[in-house]
Amino acid sequence: MSWLMQENAYGDDKVFDACGLIGFIDTDGKPHGGDGIVAGLVAMKERGNGLGAGYAVYGLYPEFESHYAFHVMCKSENARQKLDVYLRSHFAVVHDEPIPTRFVQDILDPPVVWRYFMLPHRAELGGREEEDYIVHQVMLIHSTIPDVFVVSCGKNMGVFKGVGHPEQIAEFYRIEDYSGYMWTSHNRFPTNTPGWWGGAHPFGLLDWTVVHNGEISSYGINRRYTEMYGYRCDMRTDTEVITYAADLLMRRHKLPMELAARVFAAPLWQEIEHVSDDDKKLYTALRQTYGPLLLNGPFTIIVARNGEMMGLSDRVRLRPMVAASSGSILYVSSELAAIHVINPNLDNVWIPEGGEPVIGRLGIAPAPSKPLSLQRKPAQKELAHV
Amino acid sequence: MSEMLNVQECVVSDTIAVDVGSTYYRELNNRLYELVQQGYKRFQLQNVLGQRYLGTSLQKAIDMDIHGVPGNDLGAFMDGPRINVLGNAQDGCGNTMNSGSIVIHGHAGDVLGLSMRGGEIFVQGNVGYRVGIHMKEYGDTRPLIVIGGTAQHFLGEYMAGGTLVVFGMNLEADQPHPSRYVGTGMHGGAIYLRGEIDDTFLGKEVGIVPLNEADTALIRQCAARYANYFDADLNEILDRPFIKLVPLTKRPYGQLYAY
Repeated sequence: MSWLMQENAYGDDKVFDACGLIGFIDTDGKPHGGDGIVAGLVAMKERGNGLGAGYAVYGLYPEFESHYAFHVMCKSENARQKLDVYLRSHFAVVHDEPIPTRFVQDILDPPVVWRYFMLPHRAELGGREEEDYIVHQVMLIHSTIPDVFVVSCGKNMGVFKGVGHPEQIAEFYRIEDYSGYMWTSHNRFPTNTPGWWGGAHPFGLLDWTVVHNGEISSYGINRRYTEMYGYRCDMRTDTEVITYAADLLMRRHKLPMELAARVFAAPLWQEIEHVSDDDKKLYTALRQTYGPLLLNGPFTIIVARNGEMMGLSDRVRLRPMVAASSGSILYVSSELAAIHVINPNLDNVWIPEGGEPVIGRLGIAPAPSKPLSLQRKPAQKELAHV
Repeated sequence: MSEMLNVQECVVSDTIAVDVGSTYYRELNNRLYELVQQGYKRFQLQNVLGQRYLGTSLQKAIDMDIHGVPGNDLGAFMDGPRINVLGNAQDGCGNTMNSGSIVIHGHAGDVLGLSMRGGEIFVQGNVGYRVGIHMKEYGDTRPLIVIGGTAQHFLGEYMAGGTLVVFGMNLEADQPHPSRYVGTGMHGGAIYLRGEIDDTFLGKEVGIVPLNEADTALIRQCAARYANYFDADLNEILDRPFIKLVPLTKRPYGQLYAY
């Protein structure tokens, strides 16, 4: 039995949700310490209930930038030793260490957290892409080794998450000690799955991370589709399936974030009728090809990987999202106040439409995103001067 | 009392200035309630950072200036206060508000004035989704929302009463309002738009009708007050024609579950 299934230690039942998320990218690549993102997330403490919080940071391990950084959590030291043996038999581990933590009064029974920096053995790849091999190994670990969970496994990045309020998780993992050019974070109010350490966000696979507010009612079809491509949805959360869908669409099928957004939050058919002819062909083809990856139901997500980040909400915006920029930095958040806590000097503040991606990339100065462009005709009737 | 509450306060003539910072919203609202009970009538909140439910419990005709970013549900269930926001507001502002006014010198987020029962909200800039959703009116109590910029989609969704006015001052000369699905499920009240709207994406439950004299007078009054609050040019507001949207029926879904 998996770790998830063994217990619901925090006794939570289905509750109304209102997760909070915030992330930013400094497109100049300048590193930022963890204090800012923690303060921003804590300002939205009200959106969570202490059953999950987490942080993802990019540009984290420049000294190991070409190695896969596995952040793992294990229910016991015994479980970690089993994982350790497994990892050393399938990878060349160049360095490993416990992830430094602090004692925090209200954090109950934290797992053993460890990080490994490693590369796959060439001979084991068997013609596969390195990344595909990593994905395969992570799926195997989750389904065959009890009581262990791979939190993140990308290069030069890492995820720190657990059960607690944002400031407790930050204190536990010493988030203020880390810095990076891009951060995403999440404050959880679990709805349909228990609050457990692995279920906190960000969700990670390779260098992908996803934080998510909402609930995906299309989970079943999304899951069946990603499972056809070798992903195993063992965590029973909709955020896991979004992470795998991101990997499939953008790494394996090489879609840019702009188009992945049109898959996840596809324009309504009646809106596609009114876009330009070229866009009509494109959006129709995307809906036909990737219909099973349409995310239905309310959501706002931040999807990130090395060098880029995208904020996106569902096409009728049933969850909030606000964006802002300040110089080279692009922010996306559930609430504007949280951005002000990090940086009160904003050049631009805007509320994107549902389905309108807000994308930040290294080396490209942030600019306000644009809504879906529709060809419109005015109604031209019953007009009256006052 | 104040030193226990981590709220920095000082009294300047008859106004209490409060440096809010990261004060937890419950502490802040409780303290404001105490001060109102003691008879204070003018408040200046500085450095507001996402505190929720401001104005909710203060059921007196007090004046409050808010500097910074007030949190969600600003003025929820509010009954009496006059709130002036010198910046942007978040979501759920004026939720089920009963009386009083909220003037926002910036933009506002989603579901502004949801289920609003009375009072007024003026927004200088743009607003988010589902503004005025399920506003209602009873007798002479009629809520009013005036928006200087444009609204995102589902404006006036399930609207049951009251008045929504959208000036779209940021639109180009012949650019229609970008709002889609306006008045979806609407069954009461009226929406006035300055300029035009593409009826392709109009809610199925509304129709465009000509303005009568009472409509004209109402729009002139709203425009004058908007110009006054935000130092805008009244003539510029009135130099474009308006359209009026009203529900086609009072029970759009009367047959939905009946066979």
